Amino acid sequence: MTTIQERVTTTAPVVKRKKRGWSVAVRVIVLLIASVFVLGPVLWTLSTSLRPPSESFQLPPAFLPLNPDLTSYEQVFKQLNIVALVVNSALVTGLIAVGQMITAALAGYAFAHLRFRGRGALFSIVLATMMVPAQVTIVPVFMLIRGVGLSDTLLALIIPAIPTAFGTFLMRQYFMGLPGELAEAAAIDGASPWRTFRSVYAPLAMPGLAIVGILAFNFHWNEFFRPLIMTISEQNFTLPLGLVSLQGNLGTGSISVVLAGVVLSMIPALVVFMFGQRALQDGLTAGTGK
Amino acid sequence: MSTATSTPTGTGSEPGRRQAAHKTGDSSKRGRMQQRWLPWAFLAPTIVGMGIFTLLPIVASIALAFFRWDIISAPTFVGFDNFAEVVQDPTVRVSFLNTIVFVVVAVALQLGLALGLAIMVQEKLPAWLRVFFRSAFFFPLILSAASVSIFMRYLFNEQFGVVNWLLSIVGIPAVPWLTTPTGSAAVVILVYVWQNFGFSFLLFIGGLASIPVETYEAASIDGATGWRKHWFVTLPLLSPTTLVASVMAIINALQVFDQPYVLTRGGPGDSTRTAVMVIFESAFQRLEFGQASAIGVILTLIIMAITAAQFRLSKRFVFYQ
Repeated sequence: MTTIQERVTTTAPVVKRKKRGWSVAVRVIVLLIASVFVLGPVLWTLSTSLRPPSESFQLPPAFLPLNPDLTSYEQVFKQLNIVALVVNSALVTGLIAVGQMITAALAGYAFAHLRFRGRGALFSIVLATMMVPAQVTIVPVFMLIRGVGLSDTLLALIIPAIPTAFGTFLMRQYFMGLPGELAEAAAIDGASPWRTFRSVYAPLAMPGLAIVGILAFNFHWNEFFRPLIMTISEQNFTLPLGLVSLQGNLGTGSISVVLAGVVLSMIPALVVFMFGQRALQDGLTAGTGK
Repeated sequence: MSTATSTPTGTGSEPGRRQAAHKTGDSSKRGRMQQRWLPWAFLAPTIVGMGIFTLLPIVASIALAFFRWDIISAPTFVGFDNFAEVVQDPTVRVSFLNTIVFVVVAVALQLGLALGLAIMVQEKLPAWLRVFFRSAFFFPLILSAASVSIFMRYLFNEQFGVVNWLLSIVGIPAVPWLTTPTGSAAVVILVYVWQNFGFSFLLFIGGLASIPVETYEAASIDGATGWRKHWFVTLPLLSPTTLVASVMAIINALQVFDQPYVLTRGGPGDSTRTAVMVIFESAFQRLEFGQASAIGVILTLIIMAITAAQFRLSKRFVFYQ
């Protein structure tokens, strides 16, 4: 089994060829064109949000924000309770991430290093639940939430998202990469099993936990389907939901205002991209290697 | 949390005392009790949570498919009526058909694009360029599908959109992207592929990196170059990755919702309505929870059948080293 620690090494299968210089140039050009198609729409969004609303439809479009104009950003704060949206999104995402890290660490450790009856069978069930699409379970979850009187609250978004099959799987893999002798040594030194987990294994598993946290953050910050169903009043909306309803309310009149909101909502994701890209990539592809 | 279950007298000095029991003799009752209960204390939050929010809903969803229930009045048992109605409902039928067409086209595009770009990035290239391309292609994955669909809707605007402006430069007349059935379907597919090909790309990068360089050296001694090298060496050796990438791409694409919901609301007509959209609409707009569950059960069965079929097919076509 591959562990998440193991990084994908970029060994290039190089075959010496005569026309290599030419073929590298062609490849770079094709890849650059692809990058323009990928990054272009985002650059246009950024630059249009930084132009006066009246210039939103100007063609040819501007892809670089040369004369930044912040009117749209002032407008988005006026037309949308964006502070509340950010607070809601941050609360929901943060609590889910922390909750997933704690529960996945505990369960992953138990599956990796503790012995108990039915361990294999139970782990198989955990894995199997990853196959069931969330859209299929959403109706009963909605009714359950409604039944306990939590509908249209942020808790309705947070609590059901904390138990994580994928996070548990990731943490089990991570803990399995740590030697079992550490527990034996800790026991000889007189540490209790809880102490062994808390002071020996958990600190060593921090990189794995970071992956679980970053994945949870990325997924739930951007989540649209569950907030659309679970929240009714605007004061409980999260960012993606608020932005989609803003687009609906404003029509095509002031697209730069909507785009300003979109750019603001991207900032945390950008921070994750800059500092946690490697962890995010490892996490997303973990478990698919073998 | 776990300590409370094992040491009823627990105080500040608890860890040491407990360990003494643990160390000196496992025959001590307290030690054995702890051995038995400790794993369950670790597992409790996950197992209980998944039981309540995943396993129970799966069972409830299947059961609910056999009832008519609008939440307000009491549920009535209707046997297979929901399934019969759903299968005959023209909107549901067209939505499933749309979903299948979407999956076929979007997944083919996504995998083809990802594989081609991955091969180009993995061959000889300056390191900084490789890092740049990898980051660029990965970037859309960190955005929310809802936000992406918001700005893409402006870009595909028929009169003022940048896409039609670009097409006009090469002499193509304005395409009615979001007002015609074909145009809308194309936009949903393009926006979805734009955001998701980076995931398959990452998987292919990992798969390519695991192909030993010697294989290529051997192939080049045998005279294989250029595309022949990839056809006879890369593709067979990459087939395990291709299997995983296609299974994941298909499962994800079958559940598409955010993009069509924000871009087109399923329109014009039903032309971009998808399976998950009809689940959402029958449950939360028409309050037909039984029918919604029936559609959900059908979708899950389709997902399971396709996954099983792919792994079965793979026995014939996937080449393991």
